[in-house]
Amino acid sequence: MTWVAILVTGVGCYLLKLAGLSVPPRVLDRPPVARVADLLPVALLSALTAVQVLAEGSTLALDARSVGLGAAVVALLLRAPFIVVVAAAAGSAALARLW
Amino acid sequence: MSDEPRPDASVLAPAERSAIVRDGIAVGVATGAYGISFGALSVTAGLDVWQTCVLSLVVFTGASQFALVGVVASGGAPLSGALTALLLGSRNTLYGLRLATLLDWRGWRRAAAAHLVIDESTAMSVNRDTTAAARAGFLSTGLAVFVLWNASTLAGALAGRSLGDPRTYGLDAAVGGAFLALLWPRLGTAVNRVVAVLAVAVALGLVPVVPAGAPVLVAGLVALVVALVTRPPLAGRHRSGAR
Repeated sequence: MTWVAILVTGVGCYLLKLAGLSVPPRVLDRPPVARVADLLPVALLSALTAVQVLAEGSTLALDARSVGLGAAVVALLLRAPFIVVVAAAAGSAALARLW
Repeated sequence: MSDEPRPDASVLAPAERSAIVRDGIAVGVATGAYGISFGALSVTAGLDVWQTCVLSLVVFTGASQFALVGVVASGGAPLSGALTALLLGSRNTLYGLRLATLLDWRGWRRAAAAHLVIDESTAMSVNRDTTAAARAGFLSTGLAVFVLWNASTLAGALAGRSLGDPRTYGLDAAVGGAFLALLWPRLGTAVNRVVAVLAVAVALGLVPVVPAGAPVLVAGLVALVVALVTRPPLAGRHRSGAR
């Protein structure tokens, strides 16, 4: 099943890229299209963040992952590069679990 | 076409070309570090090294790859992870629309270039004034990211496999941190922040009642609804009564 998901994602993501290069640019001039394309990553990434950090199966839990997310926020506020943000989240969650 | 940028648009001075290529390679090196985290997180989420490397080769768009792996890690069905990944990948369509006339490739060149349409290659080519400069920025960035992203994915996957329980190292929290870092630059406007808060509320509200993977997909509908009820920023008005 994982392989099917990988291939579906790979073929689908390629076709999405190719469609953009192939479709007449006036499609973009329709404001709702540009607007949805702009907001969709915001909604998905914030939902992914919340679920990844707070969901434990089908319940919600405040645990070491939340400490990690807090550290990531601090790193982002300090304008740290991506790898530092990820490392700060991992390191602080690991430390919180040692407690 | 009355506003052709420059008559010699197909020619690029060597100095300008090497400056563009140098920038592209620098961007590739920066994303390499991010590939290491993807590789490590993917194998600790339960994918094997092959699956992880094939993801980077054929999907080749970071946020979608993280999404697929994140849904699998949290116990969701791989196909709902794939659907989330495809929705995130739809922004590359928008990039392609912006790049199509600028890059001006046809046939097999366009088909090959499509694979390289990602955040970084778009950012490094969309602001050039000639087709030659845009192509140089697009190709140097796209190819540098492709090579380093795949090499670093393999390195991260091999390192991640030898780690043991990923939670000891906080790698579950690292996935959340990665999503937040991808989201962060998009939180500049009030409308985007409202969308983020609503999407979080919808997703968390659904966690107890629907299967893993589905909350994120439903939260995507928030973007659709907000896009339809708000005016674009260019209209100069933000509705502030949304909360």
